[in-house]
Amino acid sequence: MSEVPAELKYLSTHEWVLVEDDVATVGITDHAQELLGDLVYVELPETGTTVAAGDSVGVIESVKAASDTYAPISGDIIEVNSDLEDAPDRINVDPYGDGWMYKMSIEDAEELENLLDADAYSESIADED
Amino acid sequence: MGNRTPLYQCHLDAGAKIVDFAGWDMPINYGSQITEHETVRGDAGMFDVSHMTVVDVSGNDARAYLQYLLANDVARLAVPGKALYSCMLNEQGGVIDDLIVYFLHDNFYRVVINSATREKDLAWLDRHAQAYDDLNIRFRDDVAMIAVQGPRAIEKCLPLFDDYQQQALRQLARFQGTEFDDCFVARTGYTGEDGFEILTLATQAADLWQSLLAAGVAPCGLGARDTLRLEAGMNLYGSDMDETTSPLVSGLGWTVAMKDERDFIGKQALLAQQAEGLQQSFVGLVLLDKGVLRNHLRVQTERGDGEITSGSYSPTLQKSIAMARIPAGVTGQVEVEVRGKMLKAQIVRIPFVREGKSMLTNEERNV
Repeated sequence: MSEVPAELKYLSTHEWVLVEDDVATVGITDHAQELLGDLVYVELPETGTTVAAGDSVGVIESVKAASDTYAPISGDIIEVNSDLEDAPDRINVDPYGDGWMYKMSIEDAEELENLLDADAYSESIADED
Repeated sequence: MGNRTPLYQCHLDAGAKIVDFAGWDMPINYGSQITEHETVRGDAGMFDVSHMTVVDVSGNDARAYLQYLLANDVARLAVPGKALYSCMLNEQGGVIDDLIVYFLHDNFYRVVINSATREKDLAWLDRHAQAYDDLNIRFRDDVAMIAVQGPRAIEKCLPLFDDYQQQALRQLARFQGTEFDDCFVARTGYTGEDGFEILTLATQAADLWQSLLAAGVAPCGLGARDTLRLEAGMNLYGSDMDETTSPLVSGLGWTVAMKDERDFIGKQALLAQQAEGLQQSFVGLVLLDKGVLRNHLRVQTERGDGEITSGSYSPTLQKSIAMARIPAGVTGQVEVEVRGKMLKAQIVRIPFVREGKSMLTNEERNV
């Protein structure tokens, strides 16, 4: 069973969001990394880019497949985890910690209401199986 | 639920992630595909390949039949146990399947074909058998097969056999097999490493698997099998060639025995292609930019477009690699379209890796 920390918000497309003041940190879930298998390449958005909720902002590639990753909310990309460039497998090892992908500003806090809580996300992945 | 091999429960016990593979419930990995890949390159791993189709062809006409059916010539098999890789072609010279044929003894051959192509292959074998009187074709649904591969595969397998068998196995040359009472062992595989493929009765497969586990052989899934064979430059049917492609533009020209008088299905078509001149060539690619090459991506060259037939990530080279069919005569660098961006790739000779070592030349490595 994959880990779904209670304090995070989620997208049904398997991104997690950690909200701290006016900054959101985004990564992909434990369930997503399990589905993808060993990751070998991560393409992250560029710092400074403005994105809208639902935009494709990067690509995560495992040995077997490539998968888009989507912005959970609207805002500006303020920092990316450049360590992933040489060590994409950090996402496999620690998806909620060292494997974070980027931090972004929160343009409209109301958009956070559209995200799933841990229970709802757990349910959505249980339906998948 | 799909078809299951006699080792299905063993896979679950080993923590396998099961996926559908051509109608079979097969292990894709047992945790990490890359770890399994590295185990085969550095130690010993085993694959359940029981989903593959085993057919015994026997009778006084067996040799003549296979000589007509296969693009490679079974007459090359003089020593009992010897194996031959071949394509089975249609009249247009397209590949119906690729296979391994073992010459077991006089008038007795064993053919191992793919699982995804089982139905059409068996129909093709039967159809062409009609012309021969003394021919028996037996589909072996009573057997299982485990491929044990890696630099330490043979030493880990040997203690499972008795003294007499060990002696025979130690003398086994590459691409050669030997028959014992209850199993058939061949020094063949699909990884670019040394090792054995062991064919045994389905009822004994789980015991063999357990003994191999106890001997320190790690279970490996179809995921690692694919990256291993790609590094080793071994074609995958359905990706690198199919009924619409000729072996001559699929890197398989070396498997076609065309020079002598022997006739075989597809020969006329291949001779015509040769006479016309081949328009495409089959090459290896190493990605120079960041990213991962995938099947079917478009390859742009100065002589027109080509296509990647198999692309993935090479754990050994830690770069993305691919096999591709591109316009003939192109050398040097090409561009591959990945999600709208053009990425640079270097044309290299296949294979990429043999016996754990990179086959890239210094020049190719330093581009």
